[in-house]
Amino acid sequence: MSGVLVTTTINGDAVQFACPEEETLLDALRDRVGLLGVKEGCGTGDCGACSITLDGRLVCSCLVLGAEAEGREITTVEGLSEGGQLHPLQESFISHAALQCGICTPGFLVAAKSLLDRNPDPSETEIRYALAGNLCRCTGYDKIVRAVQNAAKQIRERSAQSA
Amino acid sequence: MKHDNSYTGQDFKVIGTRVRRPDGIDKVTGRARYGADASLPGQLVGRILRSPHAHARIKAIDISKAEALPGVKAVVTADDLPLPEGLPGDVAQMLENSMARGRALYDGHAVAAVAAIDAKTARKALQLIEVDYEPLPHVTDVDAAMQPDAPVIHDWLYTSGVDPKPEKPSNIAQRTEFGLGDIEAGFAKADVVIERSYKTEATHQGYIEPHACLANIRPDGSGELWVTTQGPFVYRNVCAQMLGMDIAKLKVTSSEIGGGFGGKTHVWAEPVALALSRKANRPVKLVMTRDEVFRASGPTSSTSMDIKLGATRDGTLVAARAEMRYGDGAFPGIWGMLSCMTCFACYEIANCKAIGYDVVQNRPKVAAYRAPSAPMAAFGVESAMDELAAAIGMDPVEFRLKNASREGGQSHYGPVWGPIGIRATLEAVRDHPHMKAPLGPNQGRGMACGFWFNIGGQTCSDLNVGVDGTVTLTVGTVDVGGSRASLGLIAAEELGIPYEQVQVNIADTGSLGHNDMTEGSRGTFSSGMAAIFAARNTIEVLRERAAKMWDIPVEDVTWEAGQAVAKGSAHGNLKPLSLKDIAAKSPKTGGPIAGHNEVVADGAGVSFASHICDIEVDPETGATKVIRYTVVQDAGKAIHPDYVEGQFQGGAAQGIGWALNEEYIYGDDGRLQNAGFLDYRMPVCSDLPFIDTMILEIPNPGHPYGVRGVGETSIVPPLAAIGNALSNAVGVRMHHVPMSPPRILKALREDGQADRGPAKVA
Repeated sequence: MSGVLVTTTINGDAVQFACPEEETLLDALRDRVGLLGVKEGCGTGDCGACSITLDGRLVCSCLVLGAEAEGREITTVEGLSEGGQLHPLQESFISHAALQCGICTPGFLVAAKSLLDRNPDPSETEIRYALAGNLCRCTGYDKIVRAVQNAAKQIRERSAQSA
Repeated sequence: MKHDNSYTGQDFKVIGTRVRRPDGIDKVTGRARYGADASLPGQLVGRILRSPHAHARIKAIDISKAEALPGVKAVVTADDLPLPEGLPGDVAQMLENSMARGRALYDGHAVAAVAAIDAKTARKALQLIEVDYEPLPHVTDVDAAMQPDAPVIHDWLYTSGVDPKPEKPSNIAQRTEFGLGDIEAGFAKADVVIERSYKTEATHQGYIEPHACLANIRPDGSGELWVTTQGPFVYRNVCAQMLGMDIAKLKVTSSEIGGGFGGKTHVWAEPVALALSRKANRPVKLVMTRDEVFRASGPTSSTSMDIKLGATRDGTLVAARAEMRYGDGAFPGIWGMLSCMTCFACYEIANCKAIGYDVVQNRPKVAAYRAPSAPMAAFGVESAMDELAAAIGMDPVEFRLKNASREGGQSHYGPVWGPIGIRATLEAVRDHPHMKAPLGPNQGRGMACGFWFNIGGQTCSDLNVGVDGTVTLTVGTVDVGGSRASLGLIAAEELGIPYEQVQVNIADTGSLGHNDMTEGSRGTFSSGMAAIFAARNTIEVLRERAAKMWDIPVEDVTWEAGQAVAKGSAHGNLKPLSLKDIAAKSPKTGGPIAGHNEVVADGAGVSFASHICDIEVDPETGATKVIRYTVVQDAGKAIHPDYVEGQFQGGAAQGIGWALNEEYIYGDDGRLQNAGFLDYRMPVCSDLPFIDTMILEIPNPGHPYGVRGVGETSIVPPLAAIGNALSNAVGVRMHHVPMSPPRILKALREDGQADRGPAKVA
């Protein structure tokens, strides 16, 4: 079996993995690196459960090959919390009951962080469109949108205090 | 110890607070383990070969080339899943649904499976399996399947519930009937009669986590199964029966579940994974693709129905008739029967008859989906209710209120109503500011009601007190939407301790007695009841231990606010003992402190909801957007209001998707054309507004805290609420769900006339 050796940075750590050429980054992250927080809901880029950022850009990892991660920087849900502290989005998802079954939650968190990194003060409509690539079947999105609004507010307040 | 499940009206300390769920951190950090997230040493990858035909005889399957492929460790067909002697008929059908036996009954029906060292080898092996099919005539439409000249799918299927018994097999599995009074006399009294026909298309539960399991059968015949399921105990019983195993020798562990909505109450690929593991003598992980989930696991019925309602000019519903034809997929079900039982529950109608047909068709076997069968029947009845209200010139809410079911009244399906919430939800809708908000051009408002039974069932729980006074509550109902938080609140309330002192675990089948599925909105109702009783049993033990510590009679010890109190003047100087104090001494006062309860949780409380919906239609494209939505539902008692609201919102969102876009589309070849999320269009975040909720609490007399189930009812009203809103927005009355842009555009172009029968005014 032919394969490739991939050297990449995942959640700030230097990581190497070997995978077949045709293997998706989703499968490589789950099966080779052990990052099981990246979920597969469809494998066709329609549900967003496998959302990650690749060099800061939000992508469905099921639509990227493992080999394409060479030399890139990846962030997954496992990389959101820092130093034992939950990210304000993670905290807010819990306090706002923004998850029921939770299978879509990793993808939503990565997508929401990607939004807030670009736009710290999004409108409700901007939040809804930024998260439109992520399917949730449990919540009707109500509490997810509220959780993102609340986290955005907290992040803005924190950065105002530290400025 | 026998406990009383009656509602007592007690005051609560922690019930009703919005605490953090115990599984929250794992779920926001990616640590929660779902069906596809477990591994075992030496595990293989399982994959399934599925029929490309809607109906075909399987003349031969040649697996020799697949077996010879290096890396393939097992190939199985129906030959590897022989029918054990005495297997009940419904379980045998479930097994045949898991693996075709001589005939493929629908596009996507499993015909063979492989286990190989990796996914690539497994995929390659599937291509090497040679199946010799002889295509047979098929039928996917429910009305077509009922025709006398339709291809008969099962030669053993004779319609039940008809007299005389049929002499020939047909696709009509059963006819059921419920009702009251004399409908002919009732319609004769009516001043206005509305008679309409409706159709609804099949939808899928759409859980984001595909079916996934890890099966491990050992050479001694024992085994284990890690699986995403709504009911590990039922999966254990069913799989053990299918595989011919002793129930105790199969341990089933439910993973975290990534959504179920009824679709994970049923085994699909699990028996196949177990058979692969048995044959390969290795653990096998089997995860369905999304395509397989759509083609082979539980959609709803597609339906066709005729609804006739009659009222007098003063607004009294005097007669109603419903004939509802529900597709069951490839095997008979009870879906038409459930439609009969739910369709008229909201109203007091002296003369009514509901007739249901369960019909088999060349589609995947239908599974439960959140208040199964009720949304479609409500679409018909609640649409006709609005037309009837308009025909007699009455406000639709007032018309419903005038006819709403009431306590002490006779339901059309059997029970006499206890305290119920239909009137209260309607009054709340009538008085809601949403009803008075202004509307713009191409916008319209609609409302509709919904009903679901809710169920109780077999339940078992353990409550164990740690030596430090912390409490572990172990339940056997899978947590699908936050029930661990609710059950932790219940244990804390009973024991009089903080919520944070309780940890709730979900048991595997080796750790607790049998529990029925998490279905029928029973999780918090039933496990809550068992948790209350287990806690009360624990308190008995705590009182005994305190009495021992104090050396006084146990009758002199009461349990108050989390501590043992010595009552009576003789013990006036004894300082109360907390749970922690008693737990610390437990090794010397009799050992571990625990309480258990095994119960058939009777007394489930029915649930009603009324919804208000504003929509806006784009007249150029027919696209419809929901712009405001309000759910009013009776919860009995909301244990954790956040997750009650979450159930209301989630149910409404699924109903909105069903109403506007979601449908199984079959080609003339009987093959499913849209087995993916791109073409099967579920609502995304930008499709929906905030979904406002109002929780009413009309206590259920059959539960100590008044709990009813809350999980299902809110999927029932949206189809009709949106249909009614559409009619009010643009003047077209839709009779076919989903009300997708092409259907709305067609109706707009025909100005609705072609699609609408005249109201008969007597």
